[in-house]
Parts: sequence; C-alpha cells; structure tokens
Amino acid sequence: MSRLAKTLEIRTSPHIVSGYDVDTVMFNVVVALAPAAAFALWAFGWAALLALGVAIGSCLAAERAAARVAGKPSPLGDWSAVVTGLLFGLTLPPGLPLWMVAVGGGITIVVGKAIFGGLGFNPFNPALVGRAVLQAAFPVAMTTWIPAFAAERFRDLPGSLLALPFASPSYDALSGATPLAAWKFSRQATEVSDLAFGFVGGSSGETSGVLILLGGLYLVARNMMSWRIPVAVLAAVATLAAVLHQLDPARHAGAGFMLFSGGLMLGAVFMATDPVTSPITPRGMWLFGAFIGVLVVVIRTWGGMAEGVMYAILLGNAVAPLLDRVTQPRVYGTSPPKAER
Amino acid sequence: MSLLGLRTFRHGVHPPEAKDETSGSPIRQFPFAPLLVVPLVQHAGKASLPVVRAGQEVARGQRLAVPDGTLSVSMHAPASGVVRELALAPSIGGRMVPAVYLEPHPGSTQEVADGAPCPLATATREEILAAIQDAGIVGLGGAAFPTHVKLAIPEGKSVDTLILNGAECEPFLTTDHRVMLEQSADIFTGIRYLLKVTGAQRVIVGVEENKPDAAAHLRAELPPDLPATVELLRVKYPQGAEKMLIAALLGREVPSGGLPVETRCLVVNVATAAEIGRLLPHGRGIQERVITVGGPAVRRKGNYRIPIGTPLRFLLEHVGVDEARLERVFLGGPMMGAAVSSLDISITKGTSGVIAFDDASAARTHVPVYPCIRCGHCLDACPMFLNPSQLGLLARREEYTRMAEEFHLLDCFECGSCSFVCPSHIPLVQQFRVAKSMVRKARAAG
Repeated sequence: MSRLAKTLEIRTSPHIVSGYDVDTVMFNVVVALAPAAAFALWAFGWAALLALGVAIGSCLAAERAAARVAGKPSPLGDWSAVVTGLLFGLTLPPGLPLWMVAVGGGITIVVGKAIFGGLGFNPFNPALVGRAVLQAAFPVAMTTWIPAFAAERFRDLPGSLLALPFASPSYDALSGATPLAAWKFSRQATEVSDLAFGFVGGSSGETSGVLILLGGLYLVARNMMSWRIPVAVLAAVATLAAVLHQLDPARHAGAGFMLFSGGLMLGAVFMATDPVTSPITPRGMWLFGAFIGVLVVVIRTWGGMAEGVMYAILLGNAVAPLLDRVTQPRVYGTSPPKAER
Repeated sequence: MSLLGLRTFRHGVHPPEAKDETSGSPIRQFPFAPLLVVPLVQHAGKASLPVVRAGQEVARGQRLAVPDGTLSVSMHAPASGVVRELALAPSIGGRMVPAVYLEPHPGSTQEVADGAPCPLATATREEILAAIQDAGIVGLGGAAFPTHVKLAIPEGKSVDTLILNGAECEPFLTTDHRVMLEQSADIFTGIRYLLKVTGAQRVIVGVEENKPDAAAHLRAELPPDLPATVELLRVKYPQGAEKMLIAALLGREVPSGGLPVETRCLVVNVATAAEIGRLLPHGRGIQERVITVGGPAVRRKGNYRIPIGTPLRFLLEHVGVDEARLERVFLGGPMMGAAVSSLDISITKGTSGVIAFDDASAARTHVPVYPCIRCGHCLDACPMFLNPSQLGLLARREEYTRMAEEFHLLDCFECGSCSFVCPSHIPLVQQFRVAKSMVRKARAAG
C-alpha cells in the first residue's frame, strides 16, 4: 500500500459556509430595484436612462478613485457602489442637469462612504447624503419636475438635462407640483391608485409604490432584507396619518395618500433597510422604523418642506447606534426563562 | 418552544445535512493498524498514569493506564499485542502528548479480557461511578469530558430529568444514529445505570426528526418499566448542544457560567449511555468506538467500530481516499470539528467523525472577506443570543475585556453558526477563540 503523504490544509471550523455573500446580496438588491428603475425609464424616457447611467457611473468612478487613493484593491466587484448609485439616481428629479447628478454621485461615495473607511463603516446612508448635499446646493433644480409620460420622452431630451455646469438650466415643460407639494401648498388631493401605480410626477424611482414593494418582497423572500424596518416605517406612517386625518380631514391627507406619495416607499423599503446604517437588533429595528415613520409625518405636516423622508432617514441613521445600545438581546442563561416544563 | 408540534430552541442554522451517504451503513468492525498509538490524554483533564512498560505483552481490554486523580480516567489496550514503547505522540491540539505505542499480534484471536463486573442490581451509586471511571468512559459526543465527574451530583443539588442526547445535529455524522438503531439494548441498560447514579425520575431521549427510524426503533424496544420517552426535535443546528437541548426539551436555561445540574437535569450522549450499558456488566473498558468516516474525498464511506489509537493515515488508506484531490481532514463534524495538521494523529475516545474534504469542497471556504455590513444574520443565528457582529468589531480592535464584560463573550461555545451565515465571511469563531484565550490569560494573571 502506498503511504499517504499529502500536505493538508489547516483551517479553523466551521468547514462549511452558507454560500451567501455580500456581492450576492448587493446584486440581488439591484435585481429588486430593476422593476422600479424600468418603470422610471418608461415614465420619463431617455432623461431617466441618462440620469441613472450618470448616477451609477459617477459612483463607480468615485469608488474606484477613493480606493486607489486609500491604497486598497478595487472594491467594484462587491456591487455596493452600483446599489448606491442606482438608489441615488432614483431619488433625483428626472430632469436634473447631468453635471449635478455627477457631482452628487461623487459626493455620495466620497463624503457618504469612503471617508469613513468604505463599505460597512459609514454612519449615514450614502445615497441620501449625496441627495441632501444636492438639495442644499441646488434647491430649485432639485424641486423642479418634468412631467411623467410626456409624448416626446423617447424623442427629445429635456433641455435642462444637458445644462452646462453653473448655468441656469432651462425647462421645456414643467409638471408643476408633486402630489405632496400639491397637497401641502394648495390642498389638492391625488388619487391613491394613481400614486400607487406611479402615474404622477416626482423623482425617477419614487413614483411606483407597487413595484418598489414587489422588489422589497423579493428581497425579504430571499432573506436578504429585514422586513421589520419597512413594516415599522409604513405602519407608523399609516397609523399617525390615519389618526390625524380623523381629527381634521381637511388639513391632513389620509393614510393611503401618505403611504404612496413622495419617496416614502423607496425610502422605507430600500433606504431605511440599509443594514450598515440601521440597527442590528430586532427591537432596535422596530424602534428605528417607528422613529422614521413618525418623523416623516411630522415633517410633511408641520415642516417647511413638502417631503420629509430623506431627513427622517438621516436622523434615524444618527440614532441607530444608540438604539442598538439599548436593545441588546437577552443572552441565554442570564436571567430566568419564562416557561418551564 | 415548539413549532409544527416539534420542540426546538430559538435561533440556530440549517447547514446541509450530508448524512445520506452513511446513515444507512451498518457499523462495521475496523481492522487493527500495524501500530496503534494510544494517547494517555484523550479526555478533558489530567493524563492517565501508565501501568505497562516497553516490551510487555498485553491482552485486548487490559488496563494500560490508571486515572491520575478525579478528573482522569483509565485507558485500555485496544488490541492484544506487545507494548513497543512509551513515548510522545502528536495530538489534535498540536501538542505532543504521552502515549503507549502498541503493536497488535497478527495471529491473536483478539478476545476481549473481562474485568470485575459492576452488577446493576446490587452496585451502589459510588460503585457505579467508580466503574464508569475505571471503564475509561468519557463523553463520546466530542467533548470527552470524564462521565463519572459529570454524573457526580454536587452536595445539595438534585436531578429530576436525565436527557439522552440523540440529536446528532452536526452534518455528515451518523454514529449516534447507527448506535440508536443497532445498540438500543445497550442504551437501555446504560439508562438503568444512569438512573441509579443520578436519582432522576424520568428520561427523555431527544432525537432530531431526520432520524425517524431511530426514534421509532427506540420507542418500539423501550422496556415498559423504564420511565423514558423519546421526543422528536426539529432539525436545526446546534440542537445537540447541551444548553440548546435543555431549552428545547425542558424550557430551562442553564445559568451563564453554570452547569446543567443547576437546572435539575443532566445530558448524556446516547453513545456514552450505550458504552456504559455495554461495558459495565462485563467490567470492560473502552478499547474502540463508532466513528463516521465520510466526506467527498473518502471512497468507502461508512460507520466503523475503530480501535482507539488507530493512526489517521492507516484509517484513510484503509477506506481509500483520492490522494491527488485530498485537501483537508477534520475530526468531528464540519461545524465544530478540528482540522488535523498531520496524519500521524490517532483516533481517540472523543473522535466522532473523520471527514476528508477534496479540493472542491475545501475551495468553498476559500472566499474573500468583506467588512461587516451589519446584516444581522449572525444575531439571528446565535443560539446563545449573543451579538457576534459587535463582538467581531470589538475583536478587530482587540477590546477583549469589553467583549467579555459587556457582550458575554465567555457564553460563546463556538458552535460556528455565526461564521456559517456571515455573508462577509468574517472568521468570527476564530476571533472569539483568540479573544477568550486572551481574557482567560488576563484573568489568570489577575
């Protein structure tokens, strides 16, 4: 018998892994966002395609450049910059000048993520950091909306899109106000069914609540997203909105309107659930979601702006570490269990 | 906690079971290697003291070494033959340990030498405990803790329930499954000894539902006078961990840092009970044990009764391995088993499985490590309700004291569930092992 003389690999247990990877999760988030992104392309035409393309491209370029400066290997293979870029692009008004999109994409990655150490270390949702900077820097462009389903959307590009840096963009056609602004500033209601299916103006990815929910269900079914956070956000918004509507229907829109208008669906399903910037404990997730939901209604109702999802989530991100701290799970054997047999 | 009528614990993971290739294979006797190397530390505790010398002829089952104090057990000759030398031998932990090198006689009939029997009917509690220590019995589930120490109930404590652990939740392993099917009579005799020693009023045999034949067989053969029940458990890792089994079957929690006896129960592996029932009536000692030999690189997979001291090289050569593709060998299951650095290591009483991975299975763990994205899957996996994500971040910063004092590091029993699910492939368990040893070192230094 030949003597078995093989060099063996030594490794610590466990010797098997679940086959579930960061890059698989990130890729599936892109898959889950695809229906909402496709709807944006259909509703806004080439303008949305260009905007999303520039958003993703600028995020990838910034990610690559930041890694090079930090002397790290290229992290593009983990798909996280694609997710961030896509989410960032979907929060923008579709007619936003492309140079602003590119600047915002760079800020998203560099300020939102890279300076904290990259993937896993950023305290705030990077896409919302980028959007918040654009909102502060270009308030008019960020609240000017081109109409959805314009007849010429696959023929012409909106003039504003190709505006030169620092020139005032010119708009060919304006949809006027988003449903939220219409309600807030002129008490003009929009049909909830139009909101749910997305036949309204707004940011690229914010219009079709149903498609966003489908994407979320896909991720929850694949165990790639916490279901607790979106449920908590939406339940808090619906409850608070319903109570306020009962008290004063003329001043407060109903729960359905609140749920499906503006960026709530995109925010609740794809932004608040960013694991890096949300609590990790189950109870922390519930509190985090409820906190965001309440803030959304408060900002929308009593704030100076029509929409409050972005600031609500950023504030939620700020309290997430605290929520984790006070909601650590009870460790086995550290206090008497309830029922014995 | 029960769901769909079956009991289980909370959290845990579902690794692929990988048991089909050996669960149907009856236990077969393994041949004797030309040289058996019997380490004198096969258990958690002090090395046994040898009572044989080089050149001495020994009979199979004869005592080779006696216990050195309470936390130690006897060792017996796995074969009739001649003691070649008493020398150091490599062990799984990497240390060299004292061992008896025994050369079996090729012509011997290998009859097992009987000793003084321990009669169930008349033996006292103390006599049974002494017989268990004398038979060299340790926990055969893998921990190899001396069984007589576990069964010695401290003054002022009592036990109402004895749990027999037939969960066998580690993938690949099917030894307990086969022992339940083939040695039910030994198990029941063992239970009678255990009831007498512990004073427990009832016995629950916990079996995962992926072994319905074993549970049905035990139920069918159960003597009517035994106060025992067989409970099916949901298939979930680490169901066979003592603390999880107690939570699943009794809804009790072992206090942090405490022992099961504090919850008035004791957990004994089914294979350990079977050995007690098989050996004590004849005054014999452990000279072999049932081991699952499997994994993708093994040709003749199966369950074998293998002499203690069989070197891994002989074992693998005998079952046949694809040498070109052989990559990793570990003892025990893939979740908690330790990889061996040398095939000169021999089988001990704590070896429940020998699993050989080929290059393809080994490559599945050769994956890039990403930073923690705080997905929380490790929190949902940890059966102790720890926060492995937080512990991992603290380990990177070497904040070991904080890990222990604020985040219950020492409650981690290294089941591997967190590492198994981590999408970033962070070696969490390894970080925790390092951290625990640093904490213990710091505490010992005062």
